[in-house]
This record gives sequence, C-alpha cells and structure tokens, in this order.
Amino acid sequence: MFSVEVNHILKAYGNRAVVNDLSFDINPGEIFGLIGPNGAGKTTTIRMIMDIIKPDSGEIKIMGKKLTGASKNEIGYLPEERGLYKKLSIIESIIYFASLKGMDTRTSVERGEKLLKRAEMLPHKNKKIEELSRGMGQIIQVIVTIIHDPKLIILDEPFAGLDPVNTQLLKDFIREFRSEGKSVIMSTHRMNDIEELSDRILMINKGRMVLYGDLTSIKSKYRSNSVFVEYEGELGDIAGVIEKRMHNKTVELMLDEKTTPQILLGNLVKKGVAVSRFELSTPSLNEIFIKVVGDGHE
Amino acid sequence: MNKTLLLAKHELLITIRRRAFIILTIAFPLLALLGLLTAQTIPNMVKPSTEIEQIGYIDEVGIFNESISQGNLSLVSFSTEEDAKNALIDKDIIEYFIIPSDYISTGLIQRYSLKNEVEPKGTTQTIIRDFLLSNLLKGNNADVIERAKSPMNIASITLTGTGEIAPQQGGFAAIIIPYIFSILLMIAIFTASGYLLQGLGEEKENRVMEILLSSVSPGQLLAGKIIGLGVAGLVQVIVWLVSANFLMRMASASFSNIIGVLNVPPLLLIFGVIYFILGYLFMAVIMAGVGSISPTAREGQQMSALFTIPVVIPIYFMALIMEHPESALVKVITFIPITAPITVIMRLGFSEIPVWELAVSILILMLSIVGFFVLAVKLFRTYLLMYGKRPNLNEIIRSFRNA
Repeated sequence: MFSVEVNHILKAYGNRAVVNDLSFDINPGEIFGLIGPNGAGKTTTIRMIMDIIKPDSGEIKIMGKKLTGASKNEIGYLPEERGLYKKLSIIESIIYFASLKGMDTRTSVERGEKLLKRAEMLPHKNKKIEELSRGMGQIIQVIVTIIHDPKLIILDEPFAGLDPVNTQLLKDFIREFRSEGKSVIMSTHRMNDIEELSDRILMINKGRMVLYGDLTSIKSKYRSNSVFVEYEGELGDIAGVIEKRMHNKTVELMLDEKTTPQILLGNLVKKGVAVSRFELSTPSLNEIFIKVVGDGHE
Repeated sequence: MNKTLLLAKHELLITIRRRAFIILTIAFPLLALLGLLTAQTIPNMVKPSTEIEQIGYIDEVGIFNESISQGNLSLVSFSTEEDAKNALIDKDIIEYFIIPSDYISTGLIQRYSLKNEVEPKGTTQTIIRDFLLSNLLKGNNADVIERAKSPMNIASITLTGTGEIAPQQGGFAAIIIPYIFSILLMIAIFTASGYLLQGLGEEKENRVMEILLSSVSPGQLLAGKIIGLGVAGLVQVIVWLVSANFLMRMASASFSNIIGVLNVPPLLLIFGVIYFILGYLFMAVIMAGVGSISPTAREGQQMSALFTIPVVIPIYFMALIMEHPESALVKVITFIPITAPITVIMRLGFSEIPVWELAVSILILMLSIVGFFVLAVKLFRTYLLMYGKRPNLNEIIRSFRNA
C-alpha cells in the first residue's frame, strides 16, 4: 500500500492552474523530494494532501483512504509558514499540539523531553516561544511536527532558516524516519538537499510534472556522455573524443555516440596515459532541471 | 477527548488568563460596589451641624403667631423689618422673610438673605411652608394639619389583564434593570465575539492556522474556538449577574426611598442567559466569517463594526419598546437575529412578551446561527490561507457559489 496516492489533481485560482494534472505515489520508508522553483505549486500540492484546500478535480488517498480526522493523526506536517503561540512555553506548546493529534499529556511530555534533549534544548523547556531565537523556534516547530510519531512526515522547506548544526540535526532525524519505515515528503527549491537525502523525486514547474521517479535512474538518464579524467603524461588525440574541456586539474572528455566510457578507458590505456582519476560525469539536479525546463523557466 | 473540545478548552484557558478579560470581568461589579459604598458614606461624612440656626420673620397679616422649629432650624418673630435686618447683619439670624399684609390673596412672601443661591435650601423651604400651613389651618385637628403638609403618598400597583397583581411592577426599577441588563449583555457579546475575531486574526498572522489545520478540520477549528470563547463569555455574564443580584439587594436596602425595591425578575435572569448564548453564537459566527476574509486582526476589527452597530439599535428604540411594545417595529426587531437579544431583554423588563413571539425569535436566531456557521466555514476554507490580501465582494460571492 502506498503512503500517499495522488491521482490527476488540479487546482486553479481564477484562470490560472496552480497545480495541473499531477499524479504520483509515495512508498513507505522512502524520502520523497518534491522540487521545483518558487511558485511551481509545491505548497499548494502539499496543502491539498493535507486537505487544507480541496483540489478542483482529482483524488488523493493517504494510507489507502481519503483523509479523515483519525488519519490526520498519522501525519506530521511542517508548514512553510512557521507559527506557534508566542505566549505559551515550549513544553505547553508541545503538549497542546500533541493533544490535537490524540496524544495524552504524559506520553507527549516524555517524548517531548527526549526530543528536546537531542536538540540540546531541554533546559529551556519552560521558556515562552516569544523568548526564543528564530532557529530555536524552528527546531521546536520540527519537534511539534514529529511529537506524535507520525507514519507520514511532510516537510515544506524544512531547512530554511536553520543554522548548520540544526540542519545536520534535522537531516539525522529525516534519515532515522526512513530507517523506521516512515515516509517523508520533503519540498524545497534547494536541489542539493534533495540530492543528498531523497530516494525518489517529483520535479514540477508551473504546476506540471517535469520529472518523476528514482533519483539514481533520473540522474543516469540525464547523464551527458562524458567522463572526468585526471592523468599524467600527454593526452594527445584520442579516438571517440569530440571535445576536451579543461576544469583546473581535471579534463572532461565529451564522447561521440558510438564510444562508451569503457571503450574510452581502453583507448587511454592503449595510449599509455597514466590515469589517476576516471569518473563518469553525472549531472546535478540543478543542471537536469535547467536542461529539462530549458527556456520555459522564467 | 474530542478535538473540538480540546480546541475549546485551549481557547477558554487562554482567554480567562488574559489580563484584559480578568479586568473587564471584575471591573463592573467592583465599580458598582465602589459607587454604592461612596453613595452610602457621603451623607454620613457631611455631618449636620448641631448648632441651631434661626430664621426671622415679620408677620404683617397678624395670624402667624405660632412659631415652629424643625431639625436645627427655628423661626423667630420680629416686629419690624429694621430689627430683622440688624439681626441678620449681626449674624443672629441667617435670613428673614416678610409675610406682607396682602399675603392671603397673593401667596407671596419676601425673603432676605446674605447668600447668593439658586433657590432656598430644601430644609428652609419645608420649615417655611409648614409654618405657613400650621398657622393657616389653625383650629383644625392636628392630624388633619399633618396630612395637609403631605397630602399624597402614591402606591401604584400594576394589574394583569385578569385583574391580578402583576409580577412586575413599574417604577424606576423597571427601567433601570432592563437597561443595565441590555448594556451588560451587549458588552459580553462584543467581548467574546471580539476575542474570536482577534484570535483568528492572530493565528493567521502568527501562522499557527496551518498547523492546527493539519490536525483538525476547519469546522472543528471554528466550532472549538466559538465554544471555548463562548464559555469564557458565559463565565463573565454569570459573574456579572450574580454580583448584580447582590449589589441590587445592597442598593435596595440603602436607597429604597429613592429607587424603590430593585429586584431582578427570575424570567429576566433565565432569558438573559439564553439570549447571551444565542446572541453570542450569532455574533461569533458572523465574526468567524469576518475573520476569515480579513488578512489581519486589525482589518477584521474595522470590518466588524458593520455588524456590531446594528446590535446597539434597540437601545435607541428604548422609549418605543417601553411604551408601545406591541408596535410592528418592535416586533420586527424582536425577530431580526442581530437586534433580537437586546430587544427581548428590554421587552422582558418593561412588559411581557407573548410566548409565540419569544419562540419565533429564538427559532430564527438558532436557524441563522446554523446557516451562518456553514457559510463561515466555507469562507474560512476558501480564504484562510490568503495572507495579506482581502478579497473583494465579487470574489466572496463567487466563492459562495463555488463552495
């Protein structure tokens, strides 16, 4: 059973389709990257998954069913717009939001203190939210999101505003969720975070699907037929190479259509070049995005 | 616990911890108590002087020979005006008056005093009047003279249509109680629904809204807020009613001669609570709708004035409601949900309301509460995440059609 099943959803404001015929599934135990530039429709898609706004057409299922009050308890949602009650203390906020997810006070205090301890914020637990720094507030927001041990965790721009230490803490959390068999949807326009963490991705632009699937196979599909080589000695002309691009100590060899990296390696060895590094070039998500969207991206 | 109740409990606790709420709740009873205590102490503080003061008179008619004393005032006779004037200048007397020879036909007396005043003091007027009466009626029975001095003490009794003594008697008490009640009811409704509006605005501004909605539905969210704040408002109303009852007993005990016995008819108490609940719920769903379409708490407040002004309208019609409770206009404002609570409370205080009118008014209120709640939830769903932009009227109407 999929954790999330999205079928042909569409949402328009006025005449403008913000989300246009999107379909995707999310498996248990995977980190799913929802990527795209600002205004691509990521947040709208997430709000539809959360039933905060309703799609004009299409259907969304969570754990095989339409979202209900009970199944909302299985989801942890970190909205892009962060917010907590300023007058409540950290621990009061945790207890209140946990109670709305159906948790009793004792369990939420227990779990809350454990999470606060990991974030090294336990000594501040009675501080009011308004006394916290922005980054601390963010971490409390993350703790509130996962306090009820949800099966599906939705994080909208989770790293925005976090310092490197807290970014690392959150990344550790996310990897732990995966190993516990939970599904994580991570939406961001920061492609390198997605590249580091995601198993599968959905790339959208202007509300439409651009790329969807396994990150590794997407990368290999968009691999340009080129190889990075570091060597000693003279390179000269090599069969099958149509262009050489120098990057500092490394040279990128662009191959013609008939030549595979395997053949190239054979040719290099035959010529007696001492190869110290030989690496297939894989494009970054950023490059893939620019390549796919091309001129269509504003 | 049910999520709606959890939200309600949270709102209730947050609200009754607000300093403004606590102050408002205890301010009214406290101010009234303070007023009462002041009113009770002031007369005791101004100690009546024990010194006897004398008022002189010159009788030119020749029948006013029976001098009298009242309290610390006494009258002394002078034979000539010259003597009286000297006595006044020497401060032996505080003033004097002349009863001219044509007094019997004109009723005019001339009063001379060293002071500039609007009119003679009450005690002075009384002693002079009583002195004149005693002498004019000389020879009559003493009881008759006493009666002539205060010939009319009215005790009015209102009868019902069947000739029995009506449970509610008129008088000052009959006006002041409905008036105070309707003002208190209005303040309570405005306070509680105002908190709702403010709360919605704040949650939009501090972005808590979206987190709440990841746990509860928009309907649950609104219902929870409305219930929680309503209970807080009810606490306020009950504190006021209980203390009003207590204070009125205190006031009746001290000032019964001025204001008569103030007692709150039980019917007014019961319907006071019922109409607080209904009136509050109606305003609350309206405010929920207003809060949904206004991007900030401040803008919400401005827009809400459109709906709070009509609530006050019945106060302007107070005279009409009092004198012509059966007029068509009064009936209409009894039935319009936004004016009904205040109108009914005033009508209950002044006279009786036919049962059918009460029933219709309550039914209309309840139906409109349900109707407006559904609308408010729709508006809420459509507009709550539109930060910073207020929709125009066309957009709102369109969204009703689409919803």
